Amino acid sequence: MDALDVSRWQFGTTTVYHFILVPLTIGLAPLIAAMQTAWIVTGNPAWYRLTRFFGKLFLINFALGVATGIVQEFQFGMNWSEYSRFVGDIFGAPLAFEGLIAFFFESTFLGLWIFGWTRLPRLVHLACIWIVAFAVNASAFFIIAANSFMQHPVGAKYNPETGRAELVDFVALLTNNTAIWAFLHAVAGAFLTAGVFVAAVSAWLMVRSHKRPDESAEARSMYRPATIAGSLVALVAAGGLFFTGDFQGKLMFVQQPMKMASAESLCHTETDPDFSILTVGTHNNCDSVTHLIEVPYVLPFLAESRFSGVTLEGVNDLQQSYEQKFGPGDYRPNLFVTYWAFRAMIGLLLVPVAFALAALWLTRRGRIPDQRWFSRFALITLPTPFLANSAGWIFTEMGRQPWVVVPNPTGDQLVRMTVQEGVSGHSAGMVVLSLSIFTLLYGALGVIWFWLLRRYVVEGPLEHDSEPVPPRAPDDEDVAPLSFAY
Amino acid sequence: MGLQQIWFVIVAVLFLGFFVLEGFDFGVGMVMAWLGRIGKGDNETHRRAVLNTIGPVWDGNEVWLITAGGAMFAAFPHWYATVFSTLYLPLLVILLSMIARVVAIEWRGKIDDPKWRRWCDIGIAAGSWLPAILWGVAFAVLVNGLPVGPDKNVADLAVSDVLNPYTLLGGLATCSLFLFHGAVFLALKSGGAVRSDAVGLARTLCVPATVLVAAFGVWTQLAHGKSWTWAVLAIAVVAQLAAVAAARAAREGWAFLATTIVVAAAVTLLFGSLYPNLVPSTIDPAYDLTIYNGSSSPYTLKVMTWAAAIFTPIVLIYQGWTYWVFRKRVFAESIPTSVGLPLRRVP
Repeated sequence: MDALDVSRWQFGTTTVYHFILVPLTIGLAPLIAAMQTAWIVTGNPAWYRLTRFFGKLFLINFALGVATGIVQEFQFGMNWSEYSRFVGDIFGAPLAFEGLIAFFFESTFLGLWIFGWTRLPRLVHLACIWIVAFAVNASAFFIIAANSFMQHPVGAKYNPETGRAELVDFVALLTNNTAIWAFLHAVAGAFLTAGVFVAAVSAWLMVRSHKRPDESAEARSMYRPATIAGSLVALVAAGGLFFTGDFQGKLMFVQQPMKMASAESLCHTETDPDFSILTVGTHNNCDSVTHLIEVPYVLPFLAESRFSGVTLEGVNDLQQSYEQKFGPGDYRPNLFVTYWAFRAMIGLLLVPVAFALAALWLTRRGRIPDQRWFSRFALITLPTPFLANSAGWIFTEMGRQPWVVVPNPTGDQLVRMTVQEGVSGHSAGMVVLSLSIFTLLYGALGVIWFWLLRRYVVEGPLEHDSEPVPPRAPDDEDVAPLSFAY
Repeated sequence: MGLQQIWFVIVAVLFLGFFVLEGFDFGVGMVMAWLGRIGKGDNETHRRAVLNTIGPVWDGNEVWLITAGGAMFAAFPHWYATVFSTLYLPLLVILLSMIARVVAIEWRGKIDDPKWRRWCDIGIAAGSWLPAILWGVAFAVLVNGLPVGPDKNVADLAVSDVLNPYTLLGGLATCSLFLFHGAVFLALKSGGAVRSDAVGLARTLCVPATVLVAAFGVWTQLAHGKSWTWAVLAIAVVAQLAAVAAARAAREGWAFLATTIVVAAAVTLLFGSLYPNLVPSTIDPAYDLTIYNGSSSPYTLKVMTWAAAIFTPIVLIYQGWTYWVFRKRVFAESIPTSVGLPLRRVP
């Protein structure tokens, strides 16, 4: 392996890891803000306890999300210095905006929220968590706008004097259609993750409450409403994913035809090809692939909202035309990964949808379900949105290979870069060292993260959080006990 | 002043904010275990009191670094690319230790178990000591220069480019300065036994911090300084002496103001010595990476200037407000009992 492969593994590992934690933060912050709002509006202490319970889980997750995010900010310069030089003019701006506009808000106001339960007036304290909720979504927008530039560069031109891409239109960069649809899709995915998280955790606790007579009141006042609310969020988010995914797909057929051809294992240009569900073959040799199960009409609809009369370019034909345009080289992504990541992303959506529907049915008209299979179903559903998020990003990112900046078919053709050209000139050994350390440290922290979340979920909402209203300490008292301390 | 100069100043200001604010965070993290031990009361409560002086604010303080990194990337891509790909190993250690610190601070109270807390304390200590030293080394390396070649890249980096007496002194200087700054902050933010311990610690740290910072400042000024940075050095020395006097007199507010000025002056001295270079080349001054050949296009700088002009004051206002909200001193007696779960579930 050379430094390029190791650097790709490192960026992939650290990013996938970061994005296991991020969607839960993005989706859960608004849900917790909504729970706290429900408490303040209705005065119902059940929402207070839910806010505290999910707030704890949120903070456990937030810590590791922040920790792994710090690395990303510097990894471009460390491992992809040539890329950073080439696009820094454009790519750096949304990153700096993210820090200035989103990170400052979320970190500062989260601190106020954590420590401000008895220090701040109630509405100010509520505003803090809403600001956090908006800021985490704003940060998602800026970083996805940066990523979308790599997928579909707009607002930039190549300057032959400096040999760098230069920003010419910042508004175009932020209103990149790829960015807008990718952002909406990622946010829908985050809300699905958080909705499923709330619903599945509450459903599991609800079923458990049958074995504990002392928890029956909680089951009715807390677990059931939370399960229903989470399921509704998950269903709406699933609908959002469907629509945003469809729009995004239509853009990709135009902007990154190679990515979509690989996703379909479509070798040769065809009119009205069938949508493939299952294939066998050595997937990185397009011609050896045998399509086993196929559905007609789907693919033309995905591409152009029509059921027939659509011609789609195949991998081999695109390869030839790219060679003519950009010179010799292999312009095909890893077909196996793109094909299966695409299917995993879509297929994994079925589990949360089925679970949410089952949960809404089982809790109808005031019912409290006690079925063992339902609580197992909840546990099985929990990881699926996380896996689907990862699969989606793996598809998006590995589908643009070998490019790090994909040439825009209707933009400046010189704003393009392959990963080979973007990597730093390190020795493989140095990058192997950092990759191994990151993998080991992240692995260990991931185990602790999972163990902590599990420990806190199994414990359930705690007794000392059952205070209906946190008492507000008078401000002039000298040695007032803190409501929270690390 | 051109946009390139403005952005050099903005990046310097972001690092200044980072070092002033994270300086005492690092200091508090470094002395936390130590103060717990010399405290007369309950060891664990003392540690928590120390940690909670930075509780609500440390995360926001850390964002100054993230934003400084983003600003370097956006305004001076060549600087960002050259520095971080060259100082790969120091940066790797800084990142790893900062990861450890973030999770250790946040997760420490989640489990009520001595062994768990010991590991978290190790994470906090490592995440405070290592960056406190390595940032000083890294900035000393920058001011000293790197073997930058004609393609703005560093091809042959020798160990002596990174580790030499000047850079090691830089690391010791920042470390001792942050220790002192942190002890003074702690004295300002705590009450009771914790405060008197912190005052004692600040008195102990007076002499080593003053000697190391003065030595590094004078060396920097003589080797790399401009004529106007003599004034900055003079301010640093006066402020440091004032800090020592105030710390000895247990006047924490004045002492903290003075150490803040010392940190700010140190950052100003380093950036002032660097200007107009971003990374001086030790091979040939013709290869110097400067604000003129390392910057983004005027358009990017203009867009970014607008964003910085609008949002920096807002950030300063609400971060200042946060400090105001949590202005009260933290007493060991005001630390609530641990609400962490036991390591194993009680049936």
